[in-house]
Parts: sequence; C-alpha cells; structure tokens
Amino acid sequence: MSEFDAERWRPAPFLPEADAKDGSLIFVVATLCFLACLTLLAVLAADRAARGWTGHLTNEATIIVRPKANETPDGAAARAAEALAGVPGVVEARALEKEKAEALIAPWLGDAADLEDLPIPRLVSVLLDPETPATGEALDRALKAQGLDAIVDDHSVWMKDIERAAGTARVIGGAVFALIAIAAGAVVAFATRAGLAARREVVEVLHLSGAEDGFIAGLFQIRFARMAATAGLFGAGAAAIMGAVLRFAGGGDGLTPVLPIAWIDLLAVAPAPLAAAAVAAVSARLTALALIRDMM
Amino acid sequence: MSRNTHAAGAFDADPAVVRFDDVSMRYGRAPETLKDLTFSLAPGSFHFVTGASGAGKTSLLKLIFLAARPSKGLLHLFGQDVSAIAPREQPFLRRRIGVVYQEFKLLEHLSAFDNTALPLRIAGRKPESYRQDVAELLAWVGLRSRMHAMPATLAGGEKQRLAIARAVVNRPDILLADEPTGNVDHEMGLRILRLFVELNRLGTTILIATHDQDLVAASGMPVLHLDEGRLTQLGAGGEA
Ligand SMILES: Nc1ncnc2c1ncn2[C@@H]1O[C@H](COP(=O)(O)OP(=O)(O)OP(=O)(O)O)[C@@H](O)[C@H]1O
Ligand SMILES: [Mg+2]
Repeated sequence: MSEFDAERWRPAPFLPEADAKDGSLIFVVATLCFLACLTLLAVLAADRAARGWTGHLTNEATIIVRPKANETPDGAAARAAEALAGVPGVVEARALEKEKAEALIAPWLGDAADLEDLPIPRLVSVLLDPETPATGEALDRALKAQGLDAIVDDHSVWMKDIERAAGTARVIGGAVFALIAIAAGAVVAFATRAGLAARREVVEVLHLSGAEDGFIAGLFQIRFARMAATAGLFGAGAAAIMGAVLRFAGGGDGLTPVLPIAWIDLLAVAPAPLAAAAVAAVSARLTALALIRDMM
Repeated sequence: MSRNTHAAGAFDADPAVVRFDDVSMRYGRAPETLKDLTFSLAPGSFHFVTGASGAGKTSLLKLIFLAARPSKGLLHLFGQDVSAIAPREQPFLRRRIGVVYQEFKLLEHLSAFDNTALPLRIAGRKPESYRQDVAELLAWVGLRSRMHAMPATLAGGEKQRLAIARAVVNRPDILLADEPTGNVDHEMGLRILRLFVELNRLGTTILIATHDQDLVAASGMPVLHLDEGRLTQLGAGGEA
C-alpha cells in the first residue's frame, strides 16, 4: 500500500473475478461440447461410409439371364454380355462362368453339381462408367432388343436403403446435436440466474448509477461466453483426441470400415468453442435482461 | 454552476430540479408511506429532510433517484414528468443524480479508487480522462492514503466519505445524501457538511436526509420535515 499512482491504475472488472472460476459449470459445458463433437464425428463417419457403399454400387449392375428353350445358358449369357457392352455408359460387361453362378447359389441349393440339367440362370456383371453410368432402363432395352429374357439389377433398391439409413443417421445426429446445444443453453441460463442472484447488490448499484440494462446483461454475457469458450476448448480437444484414437485403433480392418473417421474430420470440432460461446452468450444475455427488468 | 444553468436552460418551462405535486407513495399494498407531498427544489438550493425514524425520509429520496414510483400525484425531475420517461431514458437521468445511500452500497470487491470511478466508467468515460480527478477527489475527502483499500477494511467514517466521493464524482446536477453523518463523530460530521456546502457553491442542488439536528442547526439551511409521511414544515428556500 505504498504511494498510489493514478497513472498506473487500470479499471477492475465490474463483476468479481472469482465468480468466473466456476469449475462445475466449466465441467458440464465441456462434457456437453465433448458429446456434441463425438456426435458430429459419428455423423461425418456414417456419411462417408454411406457414400463409399453407394459409390461401389452405382458403378456396378448385375444381370440375371434366363436361357430360352432353344439356347444354352452360356450362349444366352454371352449374347447378353455382347449386347450390354454396346450400351453407352457401360465400360465392361462380362458373363460369369457357370461355376461362379453355381457358387453364388450354392448356399441355398447345396452342391448343384448333380443338378447338371437344372437351368441355372447365368449372371452378367456390368461395370458402369462412373461419370455417365447407363441407366437400368437402357440396359433393359438393349437386352429386350436382342430378345433376351433377363432381369437387370442396378442396385438402386440397395442404394435407396443405404441413402435412407444415412439420411436417418444425419437427422438423428442433428437432433442430438440440437438437444445438446439446448441443454448447454439451459445450463448457462441457470448459471446466469444464480450469478445474478449472488451479485444482486452489484447489479443494483450499477443500475442506480445509470448503467443501461443491456450494459449490465453484457457483463454476464461476456463472462459466460468466455467460460463456455474455455469449456468448449476442453470438450472439443477431448473429442479430437478420442477421434484420433479411433482412427488409429480402427486401422485397416478395425472400426474404420464401419465408421471411417478421416484425419480431416478432426478439424470439424474446431468451431465448437465458438459455438459454445455463442450459445452461452445468447442464453446469458436473454436471462440477464429478463431478470434485471424483474429486479429493478 | 454551469451544469445547473444548463439543466434549467434545457427545460425552462419549469426551472425546478425537483417538483412534487400532491405525491403519495406506498410499498405494495401497505398503507401510504408518503402522503400528499407538494414542494420543489430550485437549482442550486440546499435542503434538509428531517423526521423520526420511519417517517419516510429514505422513501422520499427513492422517489427522486427513480428507485420508487409515486402511487399518486405528479413528480417532475429536471422538468420531465417521471411517469412519462421511457425506460431507455432513465439511465441517463440517473447519471445526473448523485446518491449517498444510508447503507453506502459500496462494492466490496472493488478498491476505494474503483468504487469512486464507477459512475464515470458507466458513463463511458475513458480512464485517461478521469484518473487524476478521481485521485484528487479522494484526497479531498481525506482518503489519499486509502485509495487501494477495499471497503471492508475502511472505518465507518471512511466508508461514508468514499460513498460521498462516488456520489459527486460525475458532477451530478443534484446530490441526495441519506444520513451522511450517521456513522461519524461530531467533528467528522462538520467536515462532511463543509464538503456539501462546497459542492453547493459549485452549483449542485443538495438534499440531505438526517436525524442530526446539530448538523441542521450548524448549516442554517432550510428544512423539509416529515411526520409519518406528511410534510409539516417547508423551508424558506423550498417554497411550495
Ligand atoms: N422496501 C420496503 N418495503 C416495505 N416497506 C418499507 C420499505 N422501505 C421502507 N418501508 C417502510 O416505509 C416507512 C418509511 O421508511 P423509510 O425508510 O423511508 O424511513 P426513514 O425516515 O428513512 O427512516 P430512518 O430514519 O430509520 O432511515 C417505514 O414504515 C418502513 O417500514
Ligand atoms: Mg432512512
């Protein structure tokens, strides 16, 4: 307490600093951020998985050829492959050998070797141009033109299923994300209310000294936004570490095929501290404004 | 002086800084605490409000610093009807009113210097523009060696003078002081009175609520006396 030097004086914060070190609030917001980031990573990974699967399926079609009475199965398959190869958008059409066709149905019919005479349908595998794939109808028309009895499976049924599943995952992810954001907002609103009640006398003096409601609310807004940003940093950091561990542990055939997390995905958690701060700021401001108007 | 001239000039329809017209006030559903008050305070005037404990002195001041509303009658502040002032305008009106609260209302987490600077910061002034003035004001109220001190470490009389410094630091047009000598000995009471007289000479309108008859006598200033919420004596300077 030596000589006071006004030149060196810096204004102290209007609200007691100690209030800002609320460990439990930081922990709760950090946990919520962590969960939100994990949700985000899961949605990104599910999306990538779905895109990988549909990507494979769009590049391929399978044609089942049923030989007519006057034709051998192999002959029909060969004719079908020839007809399909000429369709624009088809890169390659290949008749599968009898053995392959038999192998495919073996699980259902058992060893078909002694069913030599059974007219087993032959399969033609078609590789499509990924840029301009031939449509199922185009393939169908080409086969019909050759008078072939065949069924085109362009995998569109599967793809729709996968797309629907991926869409559902996105919606659920979005809903969980929104729920977590609302929970974070509610926690901050709760903390703001407690903070205002605890500092009622400070709020009153500021108010009576001519501070505008928005100014007082701003003090709480900044305080909680900062706190949430710090918490968000912890939460997002923990989620990124978790994602990195999954990426490592996943390796070639671990989790990766199911939930393929890419290193780049880890960047998606970067805006989390900002998002947490924004949610906290809005929540604290609205709560504080309403309470100050009530109090005064 | 210039600020009061300005205040009067801006609302020259009504030169009074404060005007009560048949004002009553009650807390919630309780009976009226203040009943049919009519008086006005001219710019640059100096008045005391006296009365027994519970007579309504603090309540009267609350009406003026906009912490309470009349339940009846008309109250004008700086020529404006307070019931017609928009909420967003009120903070700016409050900045023209300095208040020494009966219970001080110092902020415990702020030093004496920071407490004093509070109204200036709220008014949006830059620290460079007032640091030196705040230091001088604190020296003037005898707290030169206590500028760093936290309120909890101050003696009653020191807190009182700190509260006074905060009330006057923004050069208010009107200063309201509630029992400003309640916690100090006679000597200190007279020092505080000299401080108010000095401020009044600089043009500030002053209204002091007190029990302290010695203080009133020593000042020779006019008195508004409250008896159970009614005004029973009007000072010569505050003609109704
Ligand atoms: N916030 C309040 N709510 C309800 N009643 C109140 C409130 N404040 C004061 N009163 C009542 O109003 C009356 C006047 O109180 P006020 O504080 O104005 O008196 P005072 O003259 O300042 O007294 P003192 O000299 O003890 O400070 C009292 O009966 C008191 O009980
Ligand atoms: Mg009182």
